[in-house]
Amino acid sequence: MKLALKRIQLPLGRWALEMDVELEGQVIAIFGPSGAGKTSTLDLIAGLRKPRTAHIALDGTVLEDTSHGRRLAPQERGIGYVPQDGALFPHLSVMGNLNYGSRRTNGSSLFSTEHVAEVLEITHLLSDGIGSLSGGEKQRVALARALLSQPRLLLLDEPLASLDEKLKSRGLDLLRRIHGEFAIPMLYVSHSREEIAAICDQVICLAEGRVTQRGAPEILA
Amino acid sequence: MDPETWQIISLTLGVAVLSTVLILPLGVALAWLLARPGWRGKSLVETLVALPLVMPPVATGLILLRLLGRRGPLGYWLEEKMGIEIVFTWRAVVIALAVMSFPLLVRTARVAFQEVNPRLEQIARTLGAGELRVFFTVSLPLAGRGIVAGTLLAFARALGEFGATIMVAGNIPGRTSTIALSIYENVLLGHDSAAFRLLAVSVAMAFAAVWASEFLMRRRAAAP
Repeated sequence: MKLALKRIQLPLGRWALEMDVELEGQVIAIFGPSGAGKTSTLDLIAGLRKPRTAHIALDGTVLEDTSHGRRLAPQERGIGYVPQDGALFPHLSVMGNLNYGSRRTNGSSLFSTEHVAEVLEITHLLSDGIGSLSGGEKQRVALARALLSQPRLLLLDEPLASLDEKLKSRGLDLLRRIHGEFAIPMLYVSHSREEIAAICDQVICLAEGRVTQRGAPEILA
Repeated sequence: MDPETWQIISLTLGVAVLSTVLILPLGVALAWLLARPGWRGKSLVETLVALPLVMPPVATGLILLRLLGRRGPLGYWLEEKMGIEIVFTWRAVVIALAVMSFPLLVRTARVAFQEVNPRLEQIARTLGAGELRVFFTVSLPLAGRGIVAGTLLAFARALGEFGATIMVAGNIPGRTSTIALSIYENVLLGHDSAAFRLLAVSVAMAFAAVWASEFLMRRRAAAP
């Protein structure tokens, strides 16, 4: 995956998100303390925020170019987003959530609901309501829902933050398996060095909206 | 109960239901629009929508009479071009009830839309949903209880409307005489028992509508 985040200017209260980077890799981490602009960066890529200036391109497809007035709507970007709280639709069952953005599989079973649910170990939850799920289950359903839309890029906002250490390690195994099985590039927001070292091949560090470091995960050591 | 009382009750229920059904699509659409963050003219629209709540109902009735009367701009056109007579008919009652109850529906539904987590609407878009699909599959179902509560409040308001109705529709027995108007007339004529019978019916219907609305509002507040 090649992700260009050029000439980014997005005012955020006391400071602005300012970036000019090109990222290349399969699982790229955005690392930084709370309030550094990590989630805003994901929102920007997903098209959920309008920047003052930006040129954002994914594998050569321009998603946003303010200098030419080009902007793809979020529903046209093909980007899956798993926010920190999962943002599951509370009025739909687990199955209803999974089907919401599900694309036709054209005979391929890789992105069938059954297969994705099996990989994410949520098959037994399909008929449940959202209210009865634990934090980890909600995250897995949100991840499955995003996967079923067959995105070109998956944005993960601290997907393991609400889990305890034991579940975190299981979560990391699951994310590795998902990446191996579905081969969808990921942009992974975290403030955990361990998670990033375990799963990512590139990392950029953010502080107050600016990139302070970038490179292999080892730079965080 | 005598046939005349039944006729008054059925007319009141009929016009109240019709006026509520008529304002529902526009009221919900306007409430959704008013729940969206800042757009030009929003505060002006909000103020105009709220006016019938704070103006004397007879003043609203007078405006409607001027508009819909035979020599009024709208009334003249409707009667001359379409052959539809409005003032002092049941249609005038429906319009008066609709205008008077519209703000209650819009304000309650607007709050319900504002309480929908915008993150859910955003995530729906990333899952490929356009604005219309987001509205019908996320915003509307999640605001649903609030909208039903607003609809019941508007219906309750319509059941008891007096001032605007008497101005634009008069009090014609069998044609425009609703429960509120009949209570007034019975009191004037000294028919206390008839007035109290209608009062009891009015209280029961209003109580049921407001109680159902409050029940839904409480359930909405308790929802996850």
